[in-house]
Amino acid sequence: MSVNLTSAIKEICKFCGNDRTRMMDIVRAVQQQFGQVSDEAMNYIAKCVNCHRVEVESVVSFYVFLSKKQKGGVVIRLCNDVVDKMSGSEVVAEAFEKELGIKFGQTTPDGKITLEYAPCIGMCDQSPAALFNDEIITYLSTDKVKEVVADIKKHYDPSKLKHRLGDGHNADELVHSCVHNNIRNKGRVIFAEFKPEAGLKNALAMSSVEVINEVKNARLRGRGGAGFPTGMKWQFTRGAAGEKKYIICNADEGEPGTFKDRVLLTERADMLFEGMTIGGYAIGADEGILYLRGEYAYLRKFLEKVLADRRSRNLLGKDILGKKGFNFDVRIQMGAGAYICGEETSLISSCEGLRGDPKTRPPFPAQKGYLGKPTSVNNVETLCCVPRVLEMGAAWFVEVGSAGSPSTKLLSVSGDCKQPGVYEIPFGVKVSELLKMVGAEDAQALLIGGPSGQIVGSADFQRTICYDDLATGGAVVVFGPERDMVAVAADYMEFFVEESCGYCTPCRAGNVLLKKYLDKILTGCGEPEDLDILQKLGESVKITSRCGLGQTSPNPVLTTLKNFRKSYETKVKKTTNGMQPTFDIRKAVKGAETIAKRDSVIFVK
Amino acid sequence: MSKPKVATASLAGCFGCHMSVLDIDERILKLIELVDFDKSPVDDIKEFTGRCAVGLIEGGCANEENVRVLQDFRRHCDVLISVGDCATMGGIPAMRNNIPLKECLDEAYLNGPTVYNPSGIIPNDKEIPLCLDKVYPCHEVVKIDYHMPGCPPSADTIWQTLVALLTNKPVDLPYELIKYD
Ligand SMILES: Cc1cc2nc3c(=O)[nH]c(=O)nc-3n(C[C@H](O)[C@H](O)[C@H](O)COP(=O)(O)O)c2cc1C
Ligand code: SF4
Ligand code: SF4
Repeated sequence: MSVNLTSAIKEICKFCGNDRTRMMDIVRAVQQQFGQVSDEAMNYIAKCVNCHRVEVESVVSFYVFLSKKQKGGVVIRLCNDVVDKMSGSEVVAEAFEKELGIKFGQTTPDGKITLEYAPCIGMCDQSPAALFNDEIITYLSTDKVKEVVADIKKHYDPSKLKHRLGDGHNADELVHSCVHNNIRNKGRVIFAEFKPEAGLKNALAMSSVEVINEVKNARLRGRGGAGFPTGMKWQFTRGAAGEKKYIICNADEGEPGTFKDRVLLTERADMLFEGMTIGGYAIGADEGILYLRGEYAYLRKFLEKVLADRRSRNLLGKDILGKKGFNFDVRIQMGAGAYICGEETSLISSCEGLRGDPKTRPPFPAQKGYLGKPTSVNNVETLCCVPRVLEMGAAWFVEVGSAGSPSTKLLSVSGDCKQPGVYEIPFGVKVSELLKMVGAEDAQALLIGGPSGQIVGSADFQRTICYDDLATGGAVVVFGPERDMVAVAADYMEFFVEESCGYCTPCRAGNVLLKKYLDKILTGCGEPEDLDILQKLGESVKITSRCGLGQTSPNPVLTTLKNFRKSYETKVKKTTNGMQPTFDIRKAVKGAETIAKRDSVIFVK
Repeated sequence: MSKPKVATASLAGCFGCHMSVLDIDERILKLIELVDFDKSPVDDIKEFTGRCAVGLIEGGCANEENVRVLQDFRRHCDVLISVGDCATMGGIPAMRNNIPLKECLDEAYLNGPTVYNPSGIIPNDKEIPLCLDKVYPCHEVVKIDYHMPGCPPSADTIWQTLVALLTNKPVDLPYELIKYD
């Protein structure tokens, strides 16, 4: 083994306290430095942190940003999300292949650039977009690909790529990104003017129980998707046995079509950390973790700086704002490209330096979470609401919104609409009103709540967006009249096939089968009974899967089957000859014909 | 009234499933009372003589001849049954499915440790059916009405199934007959 590799790994492991629960940081650092985590590297890491090699490999093999195989110094990851495809990522993909002279999945012969696809990178409102290592390039076109490839070939350093700067903190020297916030509608809670520290000061003047009660009275519910009452979650965590507790902010934001947390991390970082601090005070935690998805690594330096500033202002650290005995600090845990890590128990696994496998519940994180200690996992937006609740009071917070869903919600709107971006709207808004707001009156369909939510048609446009009707973690994707909704469902299934952690069979195999049947229908081989099979299969996967991913992944199929049945029915036809329409004898014998240098005599062309 | 006809075929299988059919022992006499055999290795009838009530297929499709036979069965049989794991899932032959065809042929005829082939020729005559790109389970080639798992399914399973089908009664397969671990 090269001296270089061993000494670097030794250094990295030492920096992480030779602590195997920091495996994510260790392997990420090795990957970054060497473009791979080789067999040798894994052996040596195992030795340094005193664990089995398989524990290292299980992490490396799980996350797409990590690889055993050598990758180029520059890895280009083009987002192939549905929305990106709608805005032309397929021609952009061809342009990349042409300019680089390689196919997706390959590395240039000089070993410098690797080209890959990535699922939704949270830039749907400025798609097509791609990652160049940690840098993000948005609004790609064939011309822009030419430019940017020529640029990167000059220095092979993504941080030197020339691009315009985005608005707000995107232009901050520590972010230095072309990403735009596209904040289209400011509501009274999140994007309104707020008084920094007012909420925290009010909280610290109260007892922890009073803080929890205030949050309960505000009827704040989780904004990450599930909508669990935040006050209750905090109460459970506070009440759980044990001294040591944690609060984790879920900034994994992997649901395709969601990007509002990215805007909050950029423009409301202080508000978020204030919310975490109040949460820490409420549940009795002195440590917080911000789990930041790997795709948002470009925000890391900036967020570290915000944390450092807060420390210097005694908003983090010991005896915060003079409150004796209240100590709290936050560390950032980077993810490495895995949607499932947004699921809170997988996220905890990942923070513990493990594969992002979900854990069996119960026990719930509030009882036994990070490192076995009571843990509250909260979404970015949820935590941003907290300082406002404490600043303005619960009564103010519930003034707007609908009965079951008080206050406002951020929506990430993208797809076939004139004004994609982030909208803060009061809960209870009608779909039709939203469509008008975003410039999409001709919409055929709407994906609400990301692919794990539902795809609805015009029959549902009079329904309202709130927890009790059309619930959403924030994603809203608009599909215009020309879109083929069966193809859309198939694209989303592709996503779930890729992102299933593989732990349980219904999800691992079921999603593949669902995708296969959709492809069968899309290639004109579908038969009427396939629709029943899809329905039954989808229901089985939902009922029998182990975690939220598999329990919702068939939704794109099931909801389009229900709301766009015509689109399916026009694509299937009955066969009567007993043959399987998907079987293609020409394709099946082609390889043998080439090898034998003769044509089939049984199946004559 | 003439007896219903049964046809059987072994595609990419080991004949183990056919052996299991013969394993019904003296019940074969009863079977002969119930049915006539049409195209089948059991009576060596090579081509269908007419329509059949039931077709039993052993093995999946590894080459074009398998496909031809299977499609022929589908055209002639009212009910077509995949018998055994090779027919239902590809079985052992499908282990080649992750290896390119060329590599498989080279291993079989040139590189394998037990190969003796001084001329280095890979058999290639138009009488030899071409291999498919992979081994297909039967239901990926034609519509299959029933799948009978097992390697092979036991004689009792096959018997119970056949009798139920031929006498138009619900099939009675107790747990022991469909438990495979
Ligand atoms: C597959 C899957 C992915 C998820 N991804 C996210 C995510 O990216 N961000 C998030 O906040 N919650 C996500 N969740 C929900 C979390 O498990 C959890 O409910 C949430 O973080 C709790 O925070 P909240 O109560 O503030 O919403 C996901 C859930 C599942 C099942
Ligand atoms: S449902 Fe899917 S993601 Fe969840 S545990 Fe099972 S395989 Fe993993
Ligand atoms: S299922 Fe078993 S017994 Fe039947 S053909 Fe295949 S290998 Fe032979």
